[in-house]
Amino acid sequence: MKRSMSVFNMTTLTLGLAFLYLPMLLLMVYSFNASRLVTVWAGFSTQWYGELLRNQQFLDAAWVTLRVAVVSSTLATVLGTMAAWVLVRERRFLGRTLFSGMIYAPLVMPEVITGLSLLLLFIAIGLDRGILTIILAHTTFAMCYVSVVVSSRLVTFDRSLEEAALDLGCSPMQAFGHVTLPIIAPAVVSGWLLAFTLSLDDLVIASFTSGPSSTTLPIKIFSSMRLGVSPEINALSTILISIVAVGVVVAALVSKRQIARRETEEREGLT
Amino acid sequence: MESKPAPAPFAPWEDAAAHPLIRFEGVTKRFGDFTAVSDLNLKIYPREFFALLGPSGCGKTTLMRMLAGFETPTEGTIWLDGQNIAPVPPNKRPVNMMFQSYALFPHLSVWDNIAFGLRRAGKDKETVRARVEEMLRLTRLDQFARRKPHQISGGQRQRVALARSLALGPKLLLLDEPLGALDKKLRQDTQFELMDIQEKTGTTFVIVTHDQEEAMTVASRVAVMDAGRLCQVDTPQHIYETPNSRYVADFIGEVSIIEGRVAALGEEAEIAYAEGARPIVTRTGGAALEPGQSVFYAIRPEKIWVGAAPHPDRINSVEGTIVDIGYLGDVSTYHVRLDTGQMVKALMTNAERYAASRFTWNDRVWLSWSRHAGVVLAS
Repeated sequence: MKRSMSVFNMTTLTLGLAFLYLPMLLLMVYSFNASRLVTVWAGFSTQWYGELLRNQQFLDAAWVTLRVAVVSSTLATVLGTMAAWVLVRERRFLGRTLFSGMIYAPLVMPEVITGLSLLLLFIAIGLDRGILTIILAHTTFAMCYVSVVVSSRLVTFDRSLEEAALDLGCSPMQAFGHVTLPIIAPAVVSGWLLAFTLSLDDLVIASFTSGPSSTTLPIKIFSSMRLGVSPEINALSTILISIVAVGVVVAALVSKRQIARRETEEREGLT
Repeated sequence: MESKPAPAPFAPWEDAAAHPLIRFEGVTKRFGDFTAVSDLNLKIYPREFFALLGPSGCGKTTLMRMLAGFETPTEGTIWLDGQNIAPVPPNKRPVNMMFQSYALFPHLSVWDNIAFGLRRAGKDKETVRARVEEMLRLTRLDQFARRKPHQISGGQRQRVALARSLALGPKLLLLDEPLGALDKKLRQDTQFELMDIQEKTGTTFVIVTHDQEEAMTVASRVAVMDAGRLCQVDTPQHIYETPNSRYVADFIGEVSIIEGRVAALGEEAEIAYAEGARPIVTRTGGAALEPGQSVFYAIRPEKIWVGAAPHPDRINSVEGTIVDIGYLGDVSTYHVRLDTGQMVKALMTNAERYAASRFTWNDRVWLSWSRHAGVVLAS
């Protein structure tokens, strides 16, 4: 087999990668710029990272974002899993079609509309905008994504496993806890991660539903951008990119190791 | 010296005083417009190995799922040990099931799979351990206890499923096509293993299968089902030798069916099947027949002798031409067209080497059989 790539393949690959990552690379490089001017390189420095850590506003926003993301993705996972369960398991009930349509509608709904309608609702019921309203809003739109991920797993789930659990003395709840949940856990976890990242980078819905006391990081970044690009933002983005990159690499390594382990186990099982 | 009397054969269904473990009383199950089981009455006795046999869609699986508690009868009652089980949910029934797909919990080891039911029942650690180990020994799985289901072979998985469903010591074990996923050789070995385990544990087994050989091998009684109804419930031998309908005769084993009419009726009947041909002489086996009634005469291929001349000791002999020969080594099947047009299958054992080359295609042969060889069926 020829090991070296053809010139054509090499070029496409380079151009493709450049298209995807050059902007981010540029941003990361400039986060180490000594100059306050974003477009002028004045030598290497980590001063903006220091500034960032001393910037209480950014730290507060980051803390709000993290809390919102953890709580809303957890709630969305619980609700989304329940919805998926009902949709996959109960083949017939009154209003099933309507329910399933409504579960998936927010996936295609423009975020602006979701945000606006939630804002109107919160005003109507007199709920002060703050962390709570952002959490509720994020839970609402993230649970559809969770429900899509979990129901695609449940569809291929062998129903007789649950029947076996019932047959062996489990109540329906116990069967879910002891058998179904452990088996669909990977889908539930990836649903949670999806909800978490969606919440983490949501700007539109959060800006409708946040109050003055509860600015999330995306809102903070966006609003400081209007005052001009600061190297601090570059530093913050670099940190975010690194966190995401580490997360992705770790997740990939873990799943790769799991596959490898399963394969060796199967090989051993055959002997 | 007098020899000991042989132990009475196991046949509680012939004993009017015996209490059935399961009684179906007028059970009907409908799914929307489709009737899966229709007005079914059946008794199954303790320690029986009972087989439900039929083509797919005949209602045998529905029947089993009603016993397990996953379906409830639309009409009628199912009694288990004198108790109406309709309101009892599956997790409260003294019934366990072995699933067709085995339904082993993939996230648990073999050991934990077997212990699953015992733990749910709240048994203490020591009891669970002892029982699981007993089950592992019974199914010869000792060295696989720590493996996960995906690390063992199909045959081993089948045994784990069996051990798991037996661990709770159910009154009744349901087996849904338990050997369907195994290859032929393994299936045969496992059939005997199943019978062995059933004898050792004394549990009542109800097995659902579409494989007639399997049903015949393992079961004490076989129920042949078609379209939600029981066609015949009897021992394998009776099902094979005295089927009560063309459907049963045809479903179990090979058979040739000749349409005819009762020409004479005495202790023996004569069945006229073609203009000018000598009627078939047969014992009626107690079937209620009337002269002139149109009937079906069913005969198994192995009951027919194939020769160059009529067999001197057999009352029925007809001449025909060999159309087809199936050589299987131990036996050969001959498809013979009678001069009157009917096709009849005959089976000859190849007791001597090259015995099969006695006859070839288009040879004229005589088929001979005795008065006991076939059965007369009204439907």
